[in-house]
Amino acid sequence: MKIDASKPLEYSTEENSNKIFGFWVFLGAEIPLFATLFTVYFVMVNRYASGPSGSELFEIGPVLMETFLLLSSSFTIGLAVHAMRHGYKKAMMVFMAITLVMGLAFVGIEIDEFFTYVHEGATLQTSGFLSSLFILLGTHGLHVSFGLLWGIGIMIQLWKRGITPATANKTFIFSLFWHFLDVVWIFIFSFVYLKGLM
Amino acid sequence: MDLDKFKVHGEPLIYGAMISIALATIGILVGLTYFKKWGYLWREWLTTVDHKKIGIMYILAALLMLFRGGVDAMMMRLQTAAPEMKFLDAQHYNEVFTTHGLIMILFMAMPFIIGLMNVIIPLQIGARDVAFPRLNAVSFWLFFMGAMLLNISFVIGGSPDAGWSAYFPLASLEFSPTVGNNYYSLALQISGIGTLITGVNFIVTILKMRAPGMTLMKMPMFTWSVLITNVIIVFAFPVLTVALAMMMFDRLFGSQFFTMANGGMDMLWANLFWVWGHPEVYIVILPAFGIYSEIIATFSKKNLYGYTSMVFSMLIISLLSFLVWAHHFYTMGQGAMVNSFFSITTMAIAVPTGVKIFNWLFTLRKGRITFTTPMLYTLAFIPIFTIGGVTGVMLAMASADYQYHNTMFLVAHFHYVLIPGAVFAVIAGFHYWFPKVFGFRLNERLGKHAFWWIIISFNVTFFPMFFLGLMGMTRRLYTYSKESGFGPLNMLSFVGAVGLAIGFVILVYNIYWSTRYMPRDTTNDPWDGRTLEWATHSPIPLYNFAIVPKVETRDALWSAKHDNIPLYTETKYTKIHMPSNTGKPFILGVVFFFLGFFLVFSMWIPAIVSGIGILVVLAFMSFDKDQGYYIPVEEIAATEKKLMRGETV
Amino acid sequence: MKKKGPLYALFLSLILLLPGCSSIAVLNPKGPSARTLSDTIILSIIVMLGVLAVVYILYIFVLVKYRAKKSNEGYIPKHEEGNVVLEAIWIIIPIIIVAFLSVVTVKTTNEVENVAADYKDQTPLVIYASSSNWKWHFSYPEEGIETVNYVNMPVHRAVEFRMYSFGTITSLWIPQLAGQKYAMSDMLTTLHLSADTEGSYIGKNANFSGKGFAHMEFEALVLSNKGYEDWVKEVKETAPKLTEEEFKGLLATDYLGRKTYSSTHLEFSPPPGNHGDHMSGGGKEMDMDNGNPEHQDNKEIHPSPEPSSGTEFDSKPDPEVDQPLPSSPVDESTHEGH
Repeated sequence: MKIDASKPLEYSTEENSNKIFGFWVFLGAEIPLFATLFTVYFVMVNRYASGPSGSELFEIGPVLMETFLLLSSSFTIGLAVHAMRHGYKKAMMVFMAITLVMGLAFVGIEIDEFFTYVHEGATLQTSGFLSSLFILLGTHGLHVSFGLLWGIGIMIQLWKRGITPATANKTFIFSLFWHFLDVVWIFIFSFVYLKGLM
Repeated sequence: MDLDKFKVHGEPLIYGAMISIALATIGILVGLTYFKKWGYLWREWLTTVDHKKIGIMYILAALLMLFRGGVDAMMMRLQTAAPEMKFLDAQHYNEVFTTHGLIMILFMAMPFIIGLMNVIIPLQIGARDVAFPRLNAVSFWLFFMGAMLLNISFVIGGSPDAGWSAYFPLASLEFSPTVGNNYYSLALQISGIGTLITGVNFIVTILKMRAPGMTLMKMPMFTWSVLITNVIIVFAFPVLTVALAMMMFDRLFGSQFFTMANGGMDMLWANLFWVWGHPEVYIVILPAFGIYSEIIATFSKKNLYGYTSMVFSMLIISLLSFLVWAHHFYTMGQGAMVNSFFSITTMAIAVPTGVKIFNWLFTLRKGRITFTTPMLYTLAFIPIFTIGGVTGVMLAMASADYQYHNTMFLVAHFHYVLIPGAVFAVIAGFHYWFPKVFGFRLNERLGKHAFWWIIISFNVTFFPMFFLGLMGMTRRLYTYSKESGFGPLNMLSFVGAVGLAIGFVILVYNIYWSTRYMPRDTTNDPWDGRTLEWATHSPIPLYNFAIVPKVETRDALWSAKHDNIPLYTETKYTKIHMPSNTGKPFILGVVFFFLGFFLVFSMWIPAIVSGIGILVVLAFMSFDKDQGYYIPVEEIAATEKKLMRGETV
Repeated sequence: MKKKGPLYALFLSLILLLPGCSSIAVLNPKGPSARTLSDTIILSIIVMLGVLAVVYILYIFVLVKYRAKKSNEGYIPKHEEGNVVLEAIWIIIPIIIVAFLSVVTVKTTNEVENVAADYKDQTPLVIYASSSNWKWHFSYPEEGIETVNYVNMPVHRAVEFRMYSFGTITSLWIPQLAGQKYAMSDMLTTLHLSADTEGSYIGKNANFSGKGFAHMEFEALVLSNKGYEDWVKEVKETAPKLTEEEFKGLLATDYLGRKTYSSTHLEFSPPPGNHGDHMSGGGKEMDMDNGNPEHQDNKEIHPSPEPSSGTEFDSKPDPEVDQPLPSSPVDESTHEGH
């Protein structure tokens, strides 16, 4: 494998550089995916039939908490990549662990929120509005959950194999994914929760 | 568990199909064991990551699906050949035309094109493989398992019956209570994910792995068309993913997306489906344009006329393809304003398409045209596709469409577009690139026989449908009365369908005959080709090119042959890095198949187990340390020596 | 060219096979709306034949002139990059053709979406057409009568169909009178038409709606004004009232023959709200929001039919229905030209 030392570690082989580019293309496909989900949500937002509307359902407290957690975790994964570039394996692992813990807390709050909704009688089956809300939040939440498993896998590899071109590449791609989910969340926070509460 | 839902209720035809599927499966299993081919199958095919072999598997699967979809078509034509036919009842007719549409578009045309693109693209750009060979295998197995999932619906549980467009509320649990549309949502989802991965893979391959010197505007036209197609895939398929997920939720978990009460909206499905569905048409047609461009240039011995405008016309078509979806339902009552907008965007597509037709005609002009089989299909494409195109413009006129919509006129139109625009192209490409992959040509005489049968029968089958539509015959009609007057033209159409079947039988026989009797092609370049794929050996060695060629002009090989611009500046071999085979993509596909199957029948626990299984396979793939292997210089030299002497490796 | 022969023969045989022009319903219009569409179609066919002719002549010319033959053996064509002027020509001319057809489209679409010019001064006769399973209900709110699977209307009169569905999406189509339009469960659509000639026309559902789709035809009978009035009067005197009970029975039945009532179901089961122009703006932004609370409320009294179990196609008609199911719906409508 040809290693080009002039580039950052995660870009150092042609294969790695292709992987990063490929992941950008994949994120390019995630954009229409979430755009479609948002469109469906906007079409459905007033079709709440006999169920509750957004303003009756949403509570700002947990949502602010979720936002804080996800935004902070986006910052810590950035620090992890920074540490990786300097070759600080331990710092990198710590920052990644913090990221994943915050991600886990995010998913926990979201699941709790879903339980609250269902408890209040707002289920997937209640109305078109709720179906579209659950599928939008659910798809994002599923991405985050998958990210948790993926992140744990990468950490194990880092721990066993150290910072190599392969693990650095994976970490960097994971950070792209994580930042992307953060951006999606900002849209959810603004256009679902804030707009719904207004 | 209720075993009754697995059963499909009794028609002799279905029992016949069940028995033949069972027999074929047993036959294959016994055959593999008897000839001790299990190891060969596993080592050479199921675990392969070689783009050429994956391409061949795509094409084999597509041919198999062509047979299935063709049988469906024959049954439909037979049922409507005369008034009041009693061959199929309404339910079976509905299932048959639904699967015909799904299979022909998603499991025949698309994989055939993806197969050709797998085989040819790395060769055309002078690469050793695609960017992500293992992901490529994942793509194939997901597609294949999705296709198999849809196919077993015929004998286990029942096929989807709401049309390939599956409009709600007709496709909802209320009006389509069988598991058929569960199969629809899951089979399409699984193969759709595969297609999306293909899209990512080929964008990276084409943008990042071209031979030195090949700038974007020096790429062969087929490569350009495939690049644009994959961009469309990446932007269109996620919409289908979401729509299918919503369909699945509505049918399995009682959500309210497309329902008639509780705020659901049936029109939303139609919109989402066609936002994907129209670009999908261009996903199968643009690569066809690429194939035709290569063939026309080769057999008129002339470079492609108006290369730049060809590229830009494809870019414009791809953009417009996302802005025309509502022309599939002008009659939904969205008002004259909206309809006018979509009419204009739709008609606008005729302009770049026309540019392509004229550029092809001007490529032929002043050329020296030879009529080989691939060229015949290409030449037949131009006049027939133009009929499809002009009727497309007629359909695009919203007002007039109120009279064409849902009629046989529409059916005639899209067959006039898709058969010359996709099927003839893949047949032409198949004949054209066959010697590259297998090292011998298909027989020309048999090829031309098949060609004439197919071309003439195609017109006999589909031209009458234009008239049937204007006479007021709606599509998807399983029976009609004698008084309607639809009888004679439908009979003519049936006769044409029989002719088409004969044509395809000759085509397949030609593959068999040529495999046995055709002499080996020792030239590596039997058609006097212009692009890089003809610069390597046929059949192609594992590593494609012993030395990576250097590209100076658009038709690199032609320039090397006629203008003395050398392809290779290097003369020494260096070791070549290749990816190792892996069985994980195949296993992943199998687990996805089971996940899909269990979800279709709402068997939650096995479904959850399969879902976890997918995560486990993914984890194994991530932890895999395999970095591939190197082919040493000596081995390359030995292989090249053998190939130069015309031996097979 | 060798291959034009069979195509030509095919075309000729088709023309011979066609049982006369009158059987092409779409091109044999009997009302202003269908006539506009027929004219549009014929115009577009002529323009398109022109386009085809250009392509075909060029095609035959290059194939004949530049095919490989003995005399040009060894000829290697020169490299030819393209030609800006020529390429501009085949960009600009199609743009002109498309622009012309766009103007025609916009004009005719507006025409058929509104009351025909000749009948502008009339108040249209409103008929609600609703579909359920595989039958059509026609309600005349002004006259207070309702029919199933046939519709009568007066000649030379603007008629406004308001369509909706009790289930799957269907499409009301009377080819000789007007183009089709969908009937959907949560939105009312409108179709304007009028007839110039008395007579019986075939109407049908054009949008695939499941098992009974092929049998979803009805007769559209255009009567003289007097004939129409007599019919309305007769119905009011002789036909039974449509009770809610009876209507539920109708909805639950898969197939019905003709039925006539002297009151409409609109009174106890109102149609969905009118959201005809639900897509606003330039058409790119889809605003399909119809959170009209009135409409949401409607859902309760706008029942969707239960999927009747065992709806095998050849099942017996509901015993409540006194008229037998016609063996073929077309049998009873004698459309003209025969």
